[in-house]
Amino acid sequence: MSTDFSLPTEDAVPSNLPIARISVTAAEWLSTTAWLHAENARLLSLWGTDDRDRDGCFRIYGVWLLPKRVILLEHRILDTAQACYPGVADLFPAAAKMQRAVHDLLGVAPDTGDPRGWLRHDGWPETVFPLRRDFNGASEFAVAPKPYPFVQVQGDGVHEIAVGPVHAGIIEPGHFRFSVVGEKVLRLEERLGYTHKGVAKRFQHLPQLDGHRLAARVSGDSAVAYSWAWCAALEPLCETVCPPRAASLRALALEHERLANHLGDLGALGNDAGFAFGLTQFSGLKEALLRVNAEIFGARYLMDYVVPGGVVREVPGHAVSRLCSFYDQLEPSVAQMRSIYDEHAGMQDRFRQTGRLEQPVAERLGALGMVARASGISCDLRRDLPWTPYDRLPVRVATQANGDVAARVQVRFDEIAGSLELCRHLVGDLPAGPVQNPMTAASPNLLGVGIIEGWRGPVMIALETGSDGAIRWAHAHDPSWQNWPLLERAILGNIVPDFPLINKSFNLSYSGQDG
Amino acid sequence: MFDVLSRMMRTGILSESPEASLDDLQKGIYRTVGRALAIRQLDAGSCNGCELEIQALNNPYYNLEGQGIHFVASPRHADLLLVTGPVSVNMEGALLRTFNAMPDPKLVVAVGACGACGGIFGRSYACRGAVANVIPVDVTVSGCPPEPRKILEGIFEALRAKGSSVTEG
Repeated sequence: MSTDFSLPTEDAVPSNLPIARISVTAAEWLSTTAWLHAENARLLSLWGTDDRDRDGCFRIYGVWLLPKRVILLEHRILDTAQACYPGVADLFPAAAKMQRAVHDLLGVAPDTGDPRGWLRHDGWPETVFPLRRDFNGASEFAVAPKPYPFVQVQGDGVHEIAVGPVHAGIIEPGHFRFSVVGEKVLRLEERLGYTHKGVAKRFQHLPQLDGHRLAARVSGDSAVAYSWAWCAALEPLCETVCPPRAASLRALALEHERLANHLGDLGALGNDAGFAFGLTQFSGLKEALLRVNAEIFGARYLMDYVVPGGVVREVPGHAVSRLCSFYDQLEPSVAQMRSIYDEHAGMQDRFRQTGRLEQPVAERLGALGMVARASGISCDLRRDLPWTPYDRLPVRVATQANGDVAARVQVRFDEIAGSLELCRHLVGDLPAGPVQNPMTAASPNLLGVGIIEGWRGPVMIALETGSDGAIRWAHAHDPSWQNWPLLERAILGNIVPDFPLINKSFNLSYSGQDG
Repeated sequence: MFDVLSRMMRTGILSESPEASLDDLQKGIYRTVGRALAIRQLDAGSCNGCELEIQALNNPYYNLEGQGIHFVASPRHADLLLVTGPVSVNMEGALLRTFNAMPDPKLVVAVGACGACGGIFGRSYACRGAVANVIPVDVTVSGCPPEPRKILEGIFEALRAKGSSVTEG
């Protein structure tokens, strides 16, 4: 691709990040996505909307991350009877599942690609497309289950192991189909969508000021990231500015969310490697953090803490001293546990070279977030495209070269240290002033995007207002979309009993992907 | 090894006793199921928030196993089913099969706002709403997500309700 490729006209999108919106024809969609591929852009999200009632078309949107900015492509499909667009999964493999989901929900298909349903599991008829405006979201259908055509592996001694959707633990549902010889995995095919809750349709029926609550529940372990992304998309449309104190408190809550999840994962990883002491210790540290959350932010899990206009409440007077003394206790405890993990030969034997995701594969398949960083890709929007207050914080990006379970463990340890450093900066320099500004009504017919680097990777909310200023549609995206297919790669050649360990080292969201 | 021991020493015992007396509780469990209580947890479309709080029951503060309650991998081994989520239609079949696989007394506790009433997701083409719309429920625990202690109380309440209808011996 020549470097003198000129992009069609672009507009700035209201957002917390620099985003350019480009409207393209089908031909331009092809040439622009080819250019994005040549520029090593990473696909963040792809979705569609039904705008037949407004201007007689369907729209397909795609968001790509470039090193210094974000591109939002918008393609109008005028032939609504045919409802087809050029697929991009050949260039961006991460698009494959998203394109299947768009077809399930909207009935708009790519010109090539896997025709199997993804989110639709025969819970509603094949001819019903929930995101079409003429579909009533309250309609209910009986489930009519049909077998799902998994790809079969054939050969001497090959057999299949089917796992799920109900797993043998306190975790979310999904189906894994392993094709194995002996105990070695030849192929893993995931089937997800079991927790599909119709979030996109639900957004259209909720009052505008309840949207952030639903966003927080797209994936409960990333509630702060999602509710902040919702606010970052909505606030610019209302010309409401989050006060500086609230921005710092949002960042503090986001870093606490990162700490809580990493602490939980490190304990579970120790347990999956047969070291129950690790689980006991880290789950105790996580519990201590959740109790601090309850004391300072008013809840253990911050489902409704970030609200449009700021945060829901002021922190108590003793917050700064309480938080500083807590960080002073947590840091040496984690450091001691790190040295125990590092020096435990049995555990390192399980971690090293297990579930390797090599950098070229991670890049080719479009890895995001913590998983990408453990495969040598230095990406973190908090550093690369910092929004307030990250633009004044020393964000250190933790990377590891090896891409194995051990690397994902090390990245988590490094990120706990990094988050604690950011927390100390935030607490030590908390701006004065209000924690919430009043929300005004959103302007009509505007599109906003919020992108927040959560603990798992970038989460996104895109939304558009209608002619009355109400939410016309909203789309939520979880980085698990990109990273689930990577797990199918990382397991290859490993043994079945290592799958729980490898799966936990990714710790992807089922609910966030299923929507 | 020295580090592990020193860490244990420094941590000490974190376990807290439940509100109800441990003795009464264990007698109640014995009266209802005749041995330690076995729980099967099932996510029927939750956002994963409730799972985090249910996992917390196993941390050293709540120390569920210390009270004679443990999580099992199969519904066939379970006395009590702990269900979360607004029952996505894609999980409806799995929920029914899990419930049908359980032996008596088939206690069911629906956890969280979604399990109790459908929560913010409600009823739609994709969700059936409250767990009680799909299988019989003994006790609901509201909250989004409910704190571990609330979940524990819900489990005890289900035991008490069942225990009062079972005679000892």
